Amino acid sequence: MFLPCCSAQTSVLSVGPLEKVSVKRGGALEVKTPILLKPGYHVNSNTPSESYLIPLRLTWEPGPLQSTNVVFPKAHMEKYEFSPTPLSVFTGDFELVTKFKVAADAESGPGMALGKLRYQACNNNSCLPPKTIEIKIPVIVQ
Amino acid sequence: MIVLGVACSLALGGCNLFNAVKAADSFVKADNERKPAPEFGLKDADGKTVRLSDYKGKVVLLDFWATWCGPCKIEIPWFIDFERKYKDRGFAVIGVSMDEEGWTVIKPFVTDLAINYRVLQGSDETAQMYGGVDALPTTFLIDRDGKIAATHVGLAGKDDFEDGIKKLVERPSAGLPGRFVPAVLFGAN
Repeated sequence: MFLPCCSAQTSVLSVGPLEKVSVKRGGALEVKTPILLKPGYHVNSNTPSESYLIPLRLTWEPGPLQSTNVVFPKAHMEKYEFSPTPLSVFTGDFELVTKFKVAADAESGPGMALGKLRYQACNNNSCLPPKTIEIKIPVIVQ
Repeated sequence: MIVLGVACSLALGGCNLFNAVKAADSFVKADNERKPAPEFGLKDADGKTVRLSDYKGKVVLLDFWATWCGPCKIEIPWFIDFERKYKDRGFAVIGVSMDEEGWTVIKPFVTDLAINYRVLQGSDETAQMYGGVDALPTTFLIDRDGKIAATHVGLAGKDDFEDGIKKLVERPSAGLPGRFVPAVLFGAN
């Protein structure tokens, strides 16, 4: 298997500042992940309108925080030159909200929540290959 | 709209690639501006290695695409049409898929769209030889002497491609030496 094409591509998507979180054992919390997308580009939403399109995904590795749900914003239906029908996309800056819980017997102390954001971006006439970026949120379990 | 040029290594954003708009009549570069197309060896669906040099003497439309690329899906039916119309005039389309999943996703796509030209599984190495191919579709028109006559990033007009193909198939090979020179010696654009 070869490496994904375009490894030197310029990133059109970045993750904004992430806040350190603190949570009690047995507790729950919501963490916002700000996403910044360059003007002129879109990413497919988490529920693309065409089966061939790669959805936006945010997944979290098992760790001090256990993700229970990721809430995506409401997608826009946008018409592009290359598609006969509007596509379900995200544009501009937006937030993903992850709901976490912490086990009652979780080990207290500092840790890290590790996530992976997978996206595929296009502009009006071309597309960039899918890309996965790592997200790290410092966590203190009390 | 025609977008030409692969200066700045085809990087998106910040590069003026998408601002390099030229008129349709300049889609095909002048002979003295063309550089040799890098040689490659890529597998087809049957596992056979296909090389660009196999197409010596032909005009080749080399299309880098992927199944997840919407603009590619618009262009592919045009290329099917070009293959049918011009194959007897020394023309061929080669599709290079950049799907990471390989033939698992490429084969059904080829069947669904009834692609009538040769499709190969791309590689990062080949993409790099052709300037990085950061955005898809990226299409090269290669003349009979194995030189890149046009480079196009993004969705283009069908007429622009066809005008370029007609211009190139009308001309015989200049028979100059230096066809399909190893990519390490020459840039792709």
